[in-house]
Amino acid sequence: MRLYRALLRLYPRSFRHEYGVEMAAIFAARRREAGSIPARLAVWISALVEIAGNAARVHADLLRQDAVQVARLFARAPGFVLTAVAIVGLGIGATTAAFSVTDYVLFRPLPFPDAGQLVRLWESRPGYGHMELSPANMRDWMARQSSFTAMDVYTSTAANVTGTGDPRRVSGALTGVTLFDVLGVSPARGRGFIAADGVLEAPPVVILSYAFWQTRYGGAEVIGRVIRLDDVPHEIVGVMPASFAFPSRQTEFWLPLRLSPEAFQDRNDNFLVGVARLRDDVTIDRARDDLGRVTAQLEAEHPAENRQAGANVERLRDGFSDETRNLVIALIGAAACLLVITCVNLVNLLLARVMARRTELVVRAAMGAGRERLVRQLTTETVALAAVGGLVGLGVASAAVPLFSSLVPVSLPFATPPHLDWRVLAFAAALTLATGLATGILPLLGPRQADFTILREGGRGGGGARERVRAGLVTVSLVSSVVLLVGGGLLLRAIWAVQSIDPGFRTDGVLTMRTALPVPKYADTERRIRWITDVVDGIRAIPGVRNAAYTSFLPMVMGGGIWPVVMDGDEVARQQGQVASLRFVTPGYFDTLGIPLLQGRDVSARDTLDQPAVAVVSRAFAERYWPGEPALGRRFTFAFTEREVVGVVGDIRVRGFEEPSEPQVYLSAAQQPGDSLSFYMPKDLAVRVEAGGDTVIPAVRRVIAQADADQPISDVRWMSDVVAGETASRVVQFRVIAAFAGVALLLAGVGIHGLLAYVVSQRHREIGVRMALGAQRSEILAMVMRRAAWLAVAGVGAGVIIGYGAGRSLESVLAGVPANDPATYLTAALVVALVALAGALVPALRATRVDPVRAMRAE
Amino acid sequence: MASASDVDDLLPLPTATFHILMALADGERHGYAIIRDVADRTGGRVRLSAGTLYRTIQRLLEQGLIVEVAERPAPELDDERRRYYRLLPFGREVAEAETLRLSQLVRLARARGLAPGRS
Repeated sequence: MRLYRALLRLYPRSFRHEYGVEMAAIFAARRREAGSIPARLAVWISALVEIAGNAARVHADLLRQDAVQVARLFARAPGFVLTAVAIVGLGIGATTAAFSVTDYVLFRPLPFPDAGQLVRLWESRPGYGHMELSPANMRDWMARQSSFTAMDVYTSTAANVTGTGDPRRVSGALTGVTLFDVLGVSPARGRGFIAADGVLEAPPVVILSYAFWQTRYGGAEVIGRVIRLDDVPHEIVGVMPASFAFPSRQTEFWLPLRLSPEAFQDRNDNFLVGVARLRDDVTIDRARDDLGRVTAQLEAEHPAENRQAGANVERLRDGFSDETRNLVIALIGAAACLLVITCVNLVNLLLARVMARRTELVVRAAMGAGRERLVRQLTTETVALAAVGGLVGLGVASAAVPLFSSLVPVSLPFATPPHLDWRVLAFAAALTLATGLATGILPLLGPRQADFTILREGGRGGGGARERVRAGLVTVSLVSSVVLLVGGGLLLRAIWAVQSIDPGFRTDGVLTMRTALPVPKYADTERRIRWITDVVDGIRAIPGVRNAAYTSFLPMVMGGGIWPVVMDGDEVARQQGQVASLRFVTPGYFDTLGIPLLQGRDVSARDTLDQPAVAVVSRAFAERYWPGEPALGRRFTFAFTEREVVGVVGDIRVRGFEEPSEPQVYLSAAQQPGDSLSFYMPKDLAVRVEAGGDTVIPAVRRVIAQADADQPISDVRWMSDVVAGETASRVVQFRVIAAFAGVALLLAGVGIHGLLAYVVSQRHREIGVRMALGAQRSEILAMVMRRAAWLAVAGVGAGVIIGYGAGRSLESVLAGVPANDPATYLTAALVVALVALAGALVPALRATRVDPVRAMRAE
Repeated sequence: MASASDVDDLLPLPTATFHILMALADGERHGYAIIRDVADRTGGRVRLSAGTLYRTIQRLLEQGLIVEVAERPAPELDDERRRYYRLLPFGREVAEAETLRLSQLVRLARARGLAPGRS
C-alpha cells in the first residue's frame, strides 16, 4: 500500500488530496478480491499502467483550465501583457544573442572527431608566446616528442586566382600532407594529400574549400580540372567538406607544403604552426613537459639560434586571445545583468497584479483552491507570458547576433559565423522556462501564509512585507544598472585612451590596397621594380594624388615580420625589443604615410641590387643600438645582408595601439634579391590623396589593370578605417553594453516609479491625515523622495562595489585605464541616482496633491 | 434548466463518463460502488480504473453534472466514511441527450443494413 500511495504522488497535489484516500481504498479492495498471487500481480501491473496514464491526463486537465484562465487574463489586461512581453523579450533576446557568441567562442566543440585531443604548437621566446616554428625545429620536435599520436604543420598563404572572371586574391594554407589526418577530416570529393604531393618536384595540386568550389564552379565536377594560382596551373585533386574551415573561416584552398633541403638550414626562419593530436593517456601538461624537454635539448644543440626557445602547447579550442575571452565574458555578464533586471521588473509587475487581483484570489481560495493550485495558475500565467516574450526575444536575438559577430575571432575553425541554431534555441527555451517559473514562484514566496489571511480579510497591513520585497527588487535593478554603467563607462574611457594614441603615421587621406605579385611571374627583381615603378608613377599622375608608394606590409595590416639583428657579427638574442620588423619600401613611402624623416635620406630609386645595401631605421632602433651616437653610416646585418644606415625616421605602431611594436627597419624594395624573402615582397600600396579623394579609386584601378590585367586588387581601404578597425571590437562591445545599460536604467526607473506609486496609493489615507494635521506639501514630497533616495543610495552603494569587481575583471581590455577610475564611478552613480529620483518624481508629486478630506472620507 | 447548447457542448460523451452517469442514474453511489456497478452491468467488459474514475468525477463535478453528497460509511466496502455522488438534473439531461444521440446513430446504421445478425 505504501508503494501505491507513493505512486499517487504522480498526480497533482490538489487531486491527490481530494481523491487519494478513496483511490487507495479501491486499490486495497481490488487487491483483496484478487486472491491468488498472479491475479494480485495483474492488479499491480494494471494499477501502474493506469496511474501513469491518468496522472498525465489529470495534469493536462489542470493545464487546460489554467490555459483558459491565461487566455482570459491576456484578453482582460492587454497593457500588462504587452509590457511584460516586451520586458521579457528584451531580456531573453539580449541574453540569447550573448550566449550564441559565448557558446561559439568558448564552448561549442570544434567540428573535428575527438576535437578535445587536438592541440596547436608554437615556439615561445621571452616576450613572444606564439612564434611559428622553423622547418628544422619542426622536424626535430616531430621526431623527438612522445606525447602525440600524430603531428603536422601548416602556414597561411594567399594566391591570385586568374582565368575566368575578375582576378581575385584568395586566402589559403600550405599544409603538411598528413594534416587532414591529424585533424581527422577527409575530403568530401576527390582525395586528400598523399606523401607524393609533398615532394619538391611533384606536379602542383590543390584542394578547394567547399565554399570556393560552390562559388567558383557552382558545384560542378572539378576533380582533375586545372586552376591557375599565382599564374601556375594546379590540378584540383579534392574538395573539403562544407564544415571544414581550417585554419580559419577565410581559408579557401590548401596546397601541400613542400620544403627544400635549404629550408632546413636556417632555424630562425619561423613560419610553421604545429597541430597535433594528444595520445589518450597524455595530459596537456605532460605534453608541455615533453616538448619542454625537446626544446631544452635543441637549445643545447643549437645555442645561438635556439636561445631561450621553448614550446607552447595550446588546445586548438583555445585558439584566441585572452582579450577575446574577456570581451565575451563581459558580454554575457552584461546580458545576465539585463536578464536579472527584466526578471525583477516582471516580478514587480506581477506583484502589483497579485495585489490588484486579490479579490479573485480570495474568492478562489475561499472556494477551496489550495495554495498549490494558485501557485500553479500563476506559474502557468508567467510561463505563458515568458513563452510569448521568448518568441519576441528570438526576434531580438536574430537581429542582434550579426551585430555581435564582429566580436568573434575568425581564427576559430568554424565554417559559419555565430547564428541561431538548435543549441542557441534550446538555451533560449530553457531560459524562457526558467524565467517563467522563477517569476511565477517568486512573488508567492516569503510571507505567503500570512498574506493569504490578509487577502481574505482584505486588510491594509499586508503592504509592509510586500513593499520590502519590491523595494529589494528595485534595489537589485539599480545595482545592475550601476554595474552596467560602470562597465560601459570604463570601456568608453578605454576607447578614448586608445584613440588618443598617436600611431606615428597619418591616417586620414591615405588610401590603401593590396596587389600581391605572383611568383614566378614577378620573381625577377628588375621586372618587379619596373612594374611597381610604372604603377606608382601612373598613380602619382592622377589629379588629386599627392604621393604613392609600396611596402611589404602596411602598419596594423600586418604586425609580424620580425628579424633578429646581427651587430658586429654577433646575433642579438631574439627577445622583445631586440628584434626589429622588416619592411621593403619604395621611395616616397615615408612622405606618403607622413612618417617624419629625422636624419639622412629616404631610400631612393638608385638603391638597387648592384649598389651597397642601405637601410632606414626608426628612432627606437637607432637609440637601442647606438644610444647618444649618430646612427647614420652605421652598419648592421639584417635579413642575411650587411646594411648601412642612410636615414632615421619616426617610430610607428606596427602592431596596433595596444601591443608594443618592435623597432622598424626599412629596406629598399629594389634591393630585394629575386624571390628570396618573397613573404616580404612589396604588396601593400599606399596613396595619399587630397581632400575628398574617393574619386581616385577607379583611376588607381585603371592604372593597375593597364600594368597587368591579371593582377587582382584586394583590401581597398582607407588607412583611417584600418586604424579604426583596431578599436572596432571595443566599439561594438561598448555599444552593446551601453544599450544594455540604457535598457537597465529605463527599467530601473520604471521599477522605482511603480514601487513608489504603489506606496503612495497604499498610504493615501496616512498622507491625507498628515496633511489634515498641517503637514506641508513640501514635507510630503520630501517623505516620498526620501524613500527613493534611500533606494538609490543602497543601489548605488552596492552597484559601485560590484561594478569595481566587474571593472577589475575587464582590466586587461581597458588599455591602461584603471579599473577604479573615479570619474566613471561618479558619473555612473550620478546617472543612476538621477534616474531613481526622476522615477520617483511623478508619484511624489501625486502624493502632494492628495486631498485630505477625500482621502479620509474614502475609508 | 440548462440550454440545449450547454448540453450539446458536452456530446459525445466519453464511454467512461457515460457509464458513470448510468451508474448514478438510480441513486447515490460512492466511487467503488460505481466501478462495481459498471463492471456488473457490462459483464466485466468495462472495468474502470480508480484514476479514470476520479479524473472523470472531478470533471463532472466541475461541469455541474453531478454533486458530492455528505460522506457516510460504506457498508459494502470497508465501513469507512466514503464520498457519495448524486446525478444532478443537468447531468440527467446530458445522459439522456447522449442516449438519444446513440439510438439515432444505431437507427441510421440499421437502415443501412449494418445490424448484427442480418446480412
